Amino acid sequence: MANVLPSPWRAWLTSRSPRSRRQAWLGQLYLGWLALLRNPLALLGLAIVLALVLAAAAAPLLASQDPLAQSLPDRLLPPGSPGHWLGTDEFGRDLWSRVVHGARVTLYIVLLVVVTAPVFGLAVGTAAGYFGGLVDVVLMRLTDVFLAFPRLILALAFVAALGPGIENAVLAIALTAWPPYARVARAETLTVVRSDYIAAAQLQGAGSLRIITGHVMPLCLSSVIVRITLDMAGIILVAAGLGFLGLGAQPPLPEWGLMISSGRKFLFDQWWVATVPGLAIFVVSLGFNLLGDGLRDVLDPRSAGR
Amino acid sequence: MSALLEVEDLRVAFDTPAGVVEAVRGLSFTLGRERLGIVGESGSGKTMTGRAILRLVQPPGRVSARRLAFDGQELLTLPERRLRALRGRRLAMVMQDPKYSLNPVMSVGRQLTEGLRRRERLSRAEARRRALAMLEAVQIRDPERVYRAFPHELSGGMGQRVMIAMMLIPEPDLLIADEPTSALDVTVEAEVLKILDGLVRERGLGLIFISHDLPLVSRFCDRVLVMYAGRVVEELKAAELERARHPYTRGLLRCLPRVGGPRGDLATLTRDPAWAEQGAE
Amino acid sequence: MTDLAGTGRGRSGGPGADAGRPLRGGWVGRRARGLLGLLATLAATFLGLLFVTFIIGRVIPIDPVLAIVGERATTAQYEAAREALGLNEPLLVQFGYYVRDVLSGDLGTSILTARPVIEDIGRVFPATLELATLATLFGVLLGVPAGVLAAVRQGRLTDQLVRLLGLFGYSMPVFWLGLMGLLLFYGQLGWVGGPGRLDTTYQFIFELEVPRVTGAILIDTALAGAWDVFRNALSHIVLPAAVLGYYSLAYISRMTRSFMLEQLRQEYVTTARVKGMPEWRVVWVHALGNVLVPLITVIALSYAQLLEGSVLTETVFAWPGLGLYITQALFSGDLAAVMGGTIVVGAAFILLNLLSDLLYRLVDPRAR
Repeated sequence: MANVLPSPWRAWLTSRSPRSRRQAWLGQLYLGWLALLRNPLALLGLAIVLALVLAAAAAPLLASQDPLAQSLPDRLLPPGSPGHWLGTDEFGRDLWSRVVHGARVTLYIVLLVVVTAPVFGLAVGTAAGYFGGLVDVVLMRLTDVFLAFPRLILALAFVAALGPGIENAVLAIALTAWPPYARVARAETLTVVRSDYIAAAQLQGAGSLRIITGHVMPLCLSSVIVRITLDMAGIILVAAGLGFLGLGAQPPLPEWGLMISSGRKFLFDQWWVATVPGLAIFVVSLGFNLLGDGLRDVLDPRSAGR
Repeated sequence: MSALLEVEDLRVAFDTPAGVVEAVRGLSFTLGRERLGIVGESGSGKTMTGRAILRLVQPPGRVSARRLAFDGQELLTLPERRLRALRGRRLAMVMQDPKYSLNPVMSVGRQLTEGLRRRERLSRAEARRRALAMLEAVQIRDPERVYRAFPHELSGGMGQRVMIAMMLIPEPDLLIADEPTSALDVTVEAEVLKILDGLVRERGLGLIFISHDLPLVSRFCDRVLVMYAGRVVEELKAAELERARHPYTRGLLRCLPRVGGPRGDLATLTRDPAWAEQGAE
Repeated sequence: MTDLAGTGRGRSGGPGADAGRPLRGGWVGRRARGLLGLLATLAATFLGLLFVTFIIGRVIPIDPVLAIVGERATTAQYEAAREALGLNEPLLVQFGYYVRDVLSGDLGTSILTARPVIEDIGRVFPATLELATLATLFGVLLGVPAGVLAAVRQGRLTDQLVRLLGLFGYSMPVFWLGLMGLLLFYGQLGWVGGPGRLDTTYQFIFELEVPRVTGAILIDTALAGAWDVFRNALSHIVLPAAVLGYYSLAYISRMTRSFMLEQLRQEYVTTARVKGMPEWRVVWVHALGNVLVPLITVIALSYAQLLEGSVLTETVFAWPGLGLYITQALFSGDLAAVMGGTIVVGAAFILLNLLSDLLYRLVDPRAR
């Protein structure tokens, strides 16, 4: 399985004396990839995540019906019914089509959180680490305060303030999700801020903003990316929780948490309405967790405990 | 003299992702009630030898030997129960750094009496009496205080005395001392060694003294094995150190400074890959 | 980061990512800090919490004055109410009033129940505490042994099973697991009581005959000797507690495993083996004794998160606790109740933090 690459490429990638930073970086990536290949569970995770992306991209093709099309005569059909292999909900909407389209909603939420919380955390953390002194104390105290909060409840309070809806749910999640990134970024910044090339950049007259964005942030990126993978499942679960409470996505959007919430009314008689979207959440979160676990084993072998 | 410990073709190997690494490769020696030194650089396999004798090597490490017998009992095939009985009573080991080898959340007293209480079913008071006596034997001035203390409250030298006391309480027949003083200050080192030496002589234990410090070992032991890359390259009487013939042993001796000796640069140790292959003849 | 309510998962990321690393801001770095410093930090954190709830209260688009005086109030009435609420003062002064009120136990009046929020919370909080406590008990009693076994049998089947069990816990939405539990154990098998704390008939007996002592039904009924009510309450609490406890178990077993692996590598473990101690004693007394120290923090953290996680679980199980109170308040725009609930949960977090620190000092001789 490891020998899928033509050998000159492999030789270049596994070279012990890389000639450029890019070669070294790609070589590391390749070795990591090989290690990941040896971990079947992580591969399974990767497959699930890819399937999610694929389902989201090709939802209209995969879905057998319009996810919003109601058909009252076909309401609450059990799984295995002709034309509705996962059954239908209380409006006769095809569950399979809704689950597939739900992948889009989930991916959308995840992506929105990923481009907000880590970025904000990165900005706070690098600034604290780079400037030090009072800036550091104030920013990190703020981070600590946010870290010590009951997070879901805070997110609820935020949504209550901003009003229900996907974007507001994302904002609420992001507002409570940034502090760990700030801590990671600060720790990474502290290790590089005294190095000579930062001093060299300062001597060349580069401004703080330029040094932080151009020199410090890129170095924090890899650890932040690992964290993001590990956080994905958590983001999905909180978003689903907000949807379940009616504070996230609004009907008739096929959001999985919301779908569970509406299926709750028929739990004891038409179990599939609540069960199917929950399974989707479970599988996707598991995928991210397996992948994240595998990535961590590769990138941080010491903590893998193996 | 019947041998206390017989070791024949002892091997310790580790399975790592990069392949099998052999830490000890075919070690053989016999030990009576005497003091044997094992000397070598770090990585020469001397520590693993000590642990293998007590069957303390954990997976992924593997131990094999044609014969590894203590007092006639084959250790490698001994059932766990009987092995534990040996470990608790007749075999003991003092490790390098008391900072790590004592349990940080257990009081010294509990650690000292644990064996007596569990294994020999002594009453609390009796176990305590024996432990205090032993603490006195390792020349701790205020045994009551140390008995109540926790390991982090002790100095390194004090901790190592506690460790020695703990190991000698069951009056073992064989003590393995694995670099027992290398984590200590030089001044404390001398004291601890004196205590250890006194107790070993007084009680007539067999001792395996593992160290990287050749002169120290030769002062302390009757016989010295010099290990390199998992093999014994030379075996010497301690008194005849100067007559060492193997280039590695001579190299080890040469890189030591000597009072009154020539003042030039110290020699650096040169290594010949062939040494790793042949071993002692 | 984010946490499905009450999963009790690691703060710094996914499964076990944070083994041995600091768990969270104020929660850590404690070894260096003195008790006084810790108290100051906690006080600052509480003030920060109040500041955030205060700000959210301001930002909320619902007009608090309108909520009190009603739609048909005259301008004069409106202004008077506004004045009375102190809304004309500068923001910082208002915050000062706010802190003073909260510290004196005044969390405002609930619109929904027309009672002081603090009274409402006093009435519902015991139900949440009872649930979270039982769940944590469940998580500790099963999670710690599971983690220890996984570490001892590292890489083998037991280890894989525990790992998978943990990963499942990290991947299931708590509200969905609750629903599935209801479907199976209540709907299909009928092994447990359904939603709520008691059946209606027993509810009646409970209200009439059992004196409230602690607010926890199991304890109160046991004290009163009302064993049939006790049994009914037990049948109701067992499922939600097991569901919540599962998340606690996933987290605790994972952390225990990684702490244990670290400890089993230590020299003192070898020492214990040299002393001839049996393996169970080496593992469960020597190594676990050292694991208890960091584990206290993990358990406290998990407990705090179960308190928070009650929001979703209580919704599913119609459990009349703080979580349900907050969500209901949320939908009726009952701002004071939502913020009050948030403050109480936040305060509980901070108290647990303090408690774990004190316990920690007790267990670890090095911290005394």
